[in-house]
Amino acid sequence: MKYFHLIWAELMRRKTRTALTLMSIIAAFLLFGLLDGVRESFEQAGQSANGAKRLQTGSRLSFIQTLPQALHGRIGQVDGVKQVTYANWFGGAYQDPHNQIFSFAVADNYLDLYPEMSVSKAQRAAFAQTRTGILVGEGLMKRFGWKVGQKIPLQSTIFPNRDGSKNWSFDIVGTLAVTDKKSGGWYDQMLLMHWKYFDESTPYNRGTVGWYVSEVADVNRADRVAKAIDALSANSDHETKTQTEQAATASWMKQMADIGLIVGSIMGAVFFTLVLLTGNTMAQAVRERTSELAVLKTMGFPDRSVLLLVLAESVLLMLIGGVIGVAIAGALGPIVATISGGAINVPPIGLGSWTLGLGLMLGIGVLVGLLPAIRAMRLNIVDALAGR
Amino acid sequence: MKKLKSLLRGALTGLILAIALVAWSLLPWPALLGLAVAFALWMLLTRSGRQAASVAGVGISTLSQRLGSSSVVVIGIAGVVAVLVAMLSMAEGYQETLRRTGSDDSVMVLRGASAAEVMSTLDLASINVIEQAPGIARGADGRPLASPETVVAANLPIKGGAPDEDGSVQLRGVGDRAWQVRPQVKIVQGRRFETGKREVVVGSGAQRQFAGLEVGKQIRLGNERWTVVGVFKSGDAMDSEVWADAQMVAATYGRGASRNSVVAKLSDAKQFKAFKAALAGDPRLQVDTTTTAEYFAKQSEAMTKVIRIIGIVVGSIMAIGAVFGALNTMFATVATRAREIATLRAIGFRGVPVVVAVMLETMLLALLGGLIGGALAWLVFNGYTASTIAGGVGQLTFDFRVTGALLWSGLKWALAIGFVGGLFPALRAATLPVTTALRAL
Repeated sequence: MKYFHLIWAELMRRKTRTALTLMSIIAAFLLFGLLDGVRESFEQAGQSANGAKRLQTGSRLSFIQTLPQALHGRIGQVDGVKQVTYANWFGGAYQDPHNQIFSFAVADNYLDLYPEMSVSKAQRAAFAQTRTGILVGEGLMKRFGWKVGQKIPLQSTIFPNRDGSKNWSFDIVGTLAVTDKKSGGWYDQMLLMHWKYFDESTPYNRGTVGWYVSEVADVNRADRVAKAIDALSANSDHETKTQTEQAATASWMKQMADIGLIVGSIMGAVFFTLVLLTGNTMAQAVRERTSELAVLKTMGFPDRSVLLLVLAESVLLMLIGGVIGVAIAGALGPIVATISGGAINVPPIGLGSWTLGLGLMLGIGVLVGLLPAIRAMRLNIVDALAGR
Repeated sequence: MKKLKSLLRGALTGLILAIALVAWSLLPWPALLGLAVAFALWMLLTRSGRQAASVAGVGISTLSQRLGSSSVVVIGIAGVVAVLVAMLSMAEGYQETLRRTGSDDSVMVLRGASAAEVMSTLDLASINVIEQAPGIARGADGRPLASPETVVAANLPIKGGAPDEDGSVQLRGVGDRAWQVRPQVKIVQGRRFETGKREVVVGSGAQRQFAGLEVGKQIRLGNERWTVVGVFKSGDAMDSEVWADAQMVAATYGRGASRNSVVAKLSDAKQFKAFKAALAGDPRLQVDTTTTAEYFAKQSEAMTKVIRIIGIVVGSIMAIGAVFGALNTMFATVATRAREIATLRAIGFRGVPVVVAVMLETMLLALLGGLIGGALAWLVFNGYTASTIAGGVGQLTFDFRVTGALLWSGLKWALAIGFVGGLFPALRAATLPVTTALRAL
């Protein structure tokens, strides 16, 4: 720290160059922040402790196949199951069939199993009392400009209403607030309605449910409980497949696209370019200062101090640029969400991304500074002063 | 006064830059070719043009001495172009696969307001009505070329996945007329399934995605065992599907006599309006009618848009980084050659040739970077197979497509970056007072 002013002076020696290099670094880490946020949110989907505690039971045949509602009581009696709830796809869409919304018809106790979503007591009571009531995620509310108390028309892309048309009408009675911001991208866009109302109104459902969700008392016994649930309907016409929500989400995500690979290769390309840009600038900066470094050495600075000075300079440059870049990425997320009306959700930058980012800044800083620093350390004073 | 002047000059440069970039991105290639020819003529025929050429010649011939810093421009821009072209080729491939799937002279009839085939159901009575609608082509046997089909999302083990890990595949139950409605579907191995048996034929894309889809093997669909008897290829989205007898699929998945959709071949694309009107006017039906081309275009719309936006956002941020890299390099280049440039100006070279020469050098490096990046994207990603969930149900495999148009737009980006990165250093080289520059270093 004693030499901080020296390092600073070196950085400010050529303001244009430092500024330009800084901009390149900021751009690279801005990209890193955005992409890593996406990658992390993919990886963490369903990875919460709650996700491990919940088991999802769906049809073994296909996820669009339904299960009899009678299974509800039987699953509830399986040893190790604390509580069970169930839900159905509704396939809701607003205004245009392609404007799809994550909409489920759920049992009354559905919210008890999902502490990630909170609804105020009054609104929960209102939901319980209103047959046509729906609870809407905060993000979804914002996306369409809905308000509590409003009556909204929804089309279902799967289920007709009693009159045979696909137009349903619902009353918004409350907001789903997301308590766990990390997994918020999903719950934020959700819409919940009463399973009972749904079941009575559509001629197609008749007492079947899409999937069951059960909470296990002991996470370590989840596998055994899952097997016990599947055993209930073995060899029937509605065989089930039960897995933890974590595993289910992970395998679903895996099918979406090989996001990791694509993101990884982009980041690889970005960093390769970045290392090259900054490395070159550092080399140039040291080459230019040969005589100054020689003077430092003449004054008695040991070789190691010179090495550290140059290294510190490149690390500092990288840190300044990197922190600004990641911070901009963090600030940009909500802006993108607002502009797109909630259609694109950039997750907030988590601790993981910051740690990885800082690690990269330090690592790349050392990497690009090392060659010029060693060059500076090995400088022969006489030759350097003579300009050879 | 002096400050005001430089401020004005800066604003003017920015304005020119913005106009040039907009024009650059909008102009079609013939106009750009004309521009290039005009530029070449200027260099050959006018005095200042020849001056510019000779200054640029000196700069380019000494490039080898600045190999390290010049390669920064090249590699930086190559990176931008490679990333951009790769992302866009993914969107292109996805869209192309779905675009090829549909045509204007075949139609798909779904129950009203269904977003996708799998969400629709049509009962037997409706299907009979639809099949008799006017405009449908007739086969050799005189029956209408309409194929009622059942589509379900079936679970199959993924290749290379954990033992219990299932993926979702689109299983299509078809009758014998499906092959006539979709003539592009060809059996490449084995044979077609036989009616009334639990036999399937699998698309080549599905075969790549899921385990155990080899001819002669048995797979589990629903609660039953099915034998794979053939592999088909169609070059479109059907490649990702598994086909079987409609009756058997409906029985296995408890669909009874209902089907998801009716796909029909029209005798002529012009018949579509009449066909649609006939179905819409029939009080017995409540259906949506689209041409298959329109249906698949709509299915791919959202995904393509998202991939494109991501590609362009990522590309733009990287381009900004590369612009600053290029600026840095070119400023350094100008600085090291400050004396040389000042000498040229002292012996009578004007500002314009100097600006042009520096710009030319950067653009050349940018061009090289663009070519390398495009070639890289083409080598690595052209034909690269990816898959994603599509239509809400099954895996869709598609190939990345690096097209000429994409390479061209990558090249345009490269040159634009080179233009911005070279302009300011060039202006600096041309406006720095000669006396100051001569004293430099």
